[in-house]
Amino acid sequence: MHELTICQALLKQVETVTAEQRACGVERITLRIGPLAGVQPELLEQAFLTARGGTCAATAQLVIEHEALRVRCRECGAESAATVNNLVCARCGDWRTQLLSGDAMLLQSVELMLPDPEASHV
Amino acid sequence: MCDACGCNITPGDRHLIYKPVTPSGNAVTTLQNLLAENDRQALHNRAHLNAHGVLAVNLMSAPGAGKTTLLESTIAALKNELRLAVIEGDLETENDATRIRAQGVPAVQITTGSACHLDAHMVHDALHTMALDEVDILFIENVGNLVCPASFDLGQHHNVTLLAVTEGDDKPAKYPVMFRATDLLLLNKIDLLPFLDDFDPEKALQHFRALANPAPLLHVSAKKKTGLNGWLDWLRRQVSARRGRTEHMLQTAL
Repeated sequence: MHELTICQALLKQVETVTAEQRACGVERITLRIGPLAGVQPELLEQAFLTARGGTCAATAQLVIEHEALRVRCRECGAESAATVNNLVCARCGDWRTQLLSGDAMLLQSVELMLPDPEASHV
Repeated sequence: MCDACGCNITPGDRHLIYKPVTPSGNAVTTLQNLLAENDRQALHNRAHLNAHGVLAVNLMSAPGAGKTTLLESTIAALKNELRLAVIEGDLETENDATRIRAQGVPAVQITTGSACHLDAHMVHDALHTMALDEVDILFIENVGNLVCPASFDLGQHHNVTLLAVTEGDDKPAKYPVMFRATDLLLLNKIDLLPFLDDFDPEKALQHFRALANPAPLLHVSAKKKTGLNGWLDWLRRQVSARRGRTEHMLQTAL
């Protein structure tokens, strides 16, 4: 279950962003995950619920955007959609393809809660 | 069900934990790899290995596919020719490191506890206990697991994956992330092939190529020491390629 390890790394990055922006909390974290990233989005969501406790993202929502799997054929040049265990060219059937997208595992954005400027005058 | 990964949260109780939020507009775009910190450490490890002229090979497979036996046979064949060292990754026990040390080769055991993979930080700590100037090839025997180790760069130069013929020829299709990332695939326990009617090496190769991986596939039996020449020659080629690169680096630095 390396999803928990990945979640902890994610939360570290989120805490850095939160501190840099002097935010008081995190509302939403958006990830971009491809099917060949080696992580299961469902497991990552579950691990996140455990890992977020006690961090600045304790009440944050996790949104996972899925990246499409696409390849370009090195033989015929065609671009096509693919599946995780079948990356062959959909046009000519050659296996010598190059991955265009589908292995991303990115922290795309963090939506922060900023302190209420009026409250700070009290 | 465990407390480690959050799998005790079910779809039924999820609504108790998630709370809806409205977009605030305070979004910071980062586009940073989730494993950026591990990747930074891996880059550092690789630079450290390069500085000492060490070739590092990350050995991965399912449990029991024969990684340690392959290392024993490799050491027996190469120990008078190249200086070898091993980092052993296991959840528990020093058993594998003990087997390697019995061959007269230094071995550092990393016990990961409950972690199902090695990461770049664990390998970094191990590197600092080793005399790297006295090493030509460092083998990193990862935790036996076809899933998690594939996600963590350790700073190795090459990934080598073992697939034992006792496992099933569709393993590359079932674990595409790992098999796609490998630089060499060894079909191990090939001596058992006559006794198995459900493993077709040609099918294993087809599943492997369907991952668009051009890496060589070699048939070996680590235990019977058959078919090892291709593997040993592959290692020799990588060592001399690395030495060439190190010399080039030194020359351009002068």
